Amino acid sequence: MKKQKIIIKLKDVHKYYYMGENIVKAVDGLSITITEGEFVAIMGVSGSGKSTSMNLIGSLDMPTKGKIFLDNEDISTFTESDLAQVRGKKIGFIFQSFNLIPNLTALENIMIPMMFQGIDEFEREQKAEELLKSVNLGERMDHYPNELSGGEQQRVAIARSLANNPEVILADEPTGNLDTQTGQMVLEFLKNLNKKGKTIIMVTHDPDLAQKHANVVYWLKDGKLEKITKKKNGWSKIRKEKLKQLKKAK
Amino acid sequence: MIRDSFLLSIKNLKQRGIRSWLTLLGIFIGITAVVSLISLGNGLQFAVASQFGISQTELITIEAGGVLGYGPPGTGAVNPLTTNDLEAIKKLSSVKKAVKRNIAPGKLGYNDKLIFGYVASIPSGDDRDFIYEQLDAEPITGRFLKDSDFGKVFLGYNFYVDKVGLDKKVLPGKKVIINDKEFEVLGILEKKGSFMFDNAVFMNEKDMEDLFDYKDEIDIILAQPKNKNEIDRTKQDIEKLLRKQRDVKEGEEDFSVSTPEASLTTVNNILGGVQAFIVIVASLSIFIGALGIVNTMTTSVLERKKEIGIMKSIGARNQDIFLQFFIESGLLGLLGGIAGAIFGTLIGIFGTLGINNFLGTDIKPTIDFVLIFFSLLGSFIVGALAGIIPAMNAAKQNPVEALQG
Repeated sequence: MKKQKIIIKLKDVHKYYYMGENIVKAVDGLSITITEGEFVAIMGVSGSGKSTSMNLIGSLDMPTKGKIFLDNEDISTFTESDLAQVRGKKIGFIFQSFNLIPNLTALENIMIPMMFQGIDEFEREQKAEELLKSVNLGERMDHYPNELSGGEQQRVAIARSLANNPEVILADEPTGNLDTQTGQMVLEFLKNLNKKGKTIIMVTHDPDLAQKHANVVYWLKDGKLEKITKKKNGWSKIRKEKLKQLKKAK
Repeated sequence: MIRDSFLLSIKNLKQRGIRSWLTLLGIFIGITAVVSLISLGNGLQFAVASQFGISQTELITIEAGGVLGYGPPGTGAVNPLTTNDLEAIKKLSSVKKAVKRNIAPGKLGYNDKLIFGYVASIPSGDDRDFIYEQLDAEPITGRFLKDSDFGKVFLGYNFYVDKVGLDKKVLPGKKVIINDKEFEVLGILEKKGSFMFDNAVFMNEKDMEDLFDYKDEIDIILAQPKNKNEIDRTKQDIEKLLRKQRDVKEGEEDFSVSTPEASLTTVNNILGGVQAFIVIVASLSIFIGALGIVNTMTTSVLERKKEIGIMKSIGARNQDIFLQFFIESGLLGLLGGIAGAIFGTLIGIFGTLGINNFLGTDIKPTIDFVLIFFSLLGSFIVGALAGIIPAMNAAKQNPVEALQG
């Protein structure tokens, strides 16, 4: 079996916040290795450091100490602009509160990440249309976010996260603002993406959600890794998919 | 990328509330002032110059100073010019020709109406031809005066179009009463664009001297220099002569000798002062407008903090965010400029038409596209400069904090 490519690696990462005299150790010596094609859940209660971890993994924030490798590159050496470029290209974000830009239509929201990668307008529009259709929103391209339901907005956000065909999708409580049924649908989309080979990292406070959908769950507590659990079944599934793909490719 | 930033900025501007538009008032007022002033400026200069009777001819005007009352040039002077002065000036080697002109206020009756206006003299002989030449106009109807005409006049254009308050056109062949004496109208002068000509009554010198009891007094002497290029030297010669003639010291002259150029300079100095004042007001408005833009953009950065966070999370670099806000700010200024340029141009056009209507001038309103281009460019730059600091603030937002809104 071909060895899985390591896509994100946190090596003894610390993130401290200084509040007057007090030091808040939001993340305190975290080491995580995520390989390509995994569906990872980062699980923890509020204040466990899961949000900070997600910001660090998503290269939105820099660690106080320790190293973060994205595709084997140490991102702590990157300038802000390089970081933004890498982030825009390799990571797709999905947020709890959708975070679409209110002034822009569904289609334009999906075109924006491509704009920052310097993709020409025609290609942007084509790709965005294609992506919106893939999340079953082909009919709602010219709608503004406030004209869309929560589930629809989150689907636009999923489409946006895929705009630059990133290797990793980082989802922060993606179902947090949705009802159970809509949440389920969004998770199905994520699982489908995972089947197609995308690495999914989902941050959640809900252990059921984490264990049901993810193949690996990192349990955080007080900024430290408490335990890691793996779902054997899921692994083999992914391997089967991979094999199928490889066969196809040949 | 810059094009994209522009398109995005336009989208963002569309969402703005009335508060943002109010901040544009300063830029709007400033640009309106500049554009209308410059559009009107040429018209104003022309209007004022023509009202002063300044022509492009190379003539020196001599009149007595120490005016006692209000009236046409030379009238009511303490120590008026005399025929002696005229004869002396004629003898100067640098003077080619010197002609006297009398201009007197008078009353004119016609159609049972009485109006007050000016009567100007037309000299006889060679001097008549010279004055007609200087007048540089033809009769629109009828004819001008000849040496043999007595008890006759010709009139300015406004008599012909009933703009002098007589409630009836005056046509050649009609009789008018000037200072209780009857005169026959021979002709009408074509439109000159200045009330100095268009409202005047022209009368032979002899008639006028009888009517107004001039004796040997003269209101104005027009002198033509021998050499056009030495008009200033000729002017000095005349001044020197008249000082001697009238026994006054240098600096205490009771007369004035002016060239068209000098008169025009006076007019321009006055207009220049007015323009400088308006430019100061305009600059202040634009400065206040710029502060308004700084304010509204700073607020906008705070309001759109989350949006900045989203943009950064999906790959926007600091310079992308900076450019976005910078251009948006410039466009804000540009919008104020567009409104100001439109309004200023309208003021220029209607102001010019107003001047024409009021003074009987015939100035064509012009739209100066170069001026408009530069005022729009200027307002964009002012807006963009005002946006630099807010845009820098936007660009250096920490993505994590910004995402929290």
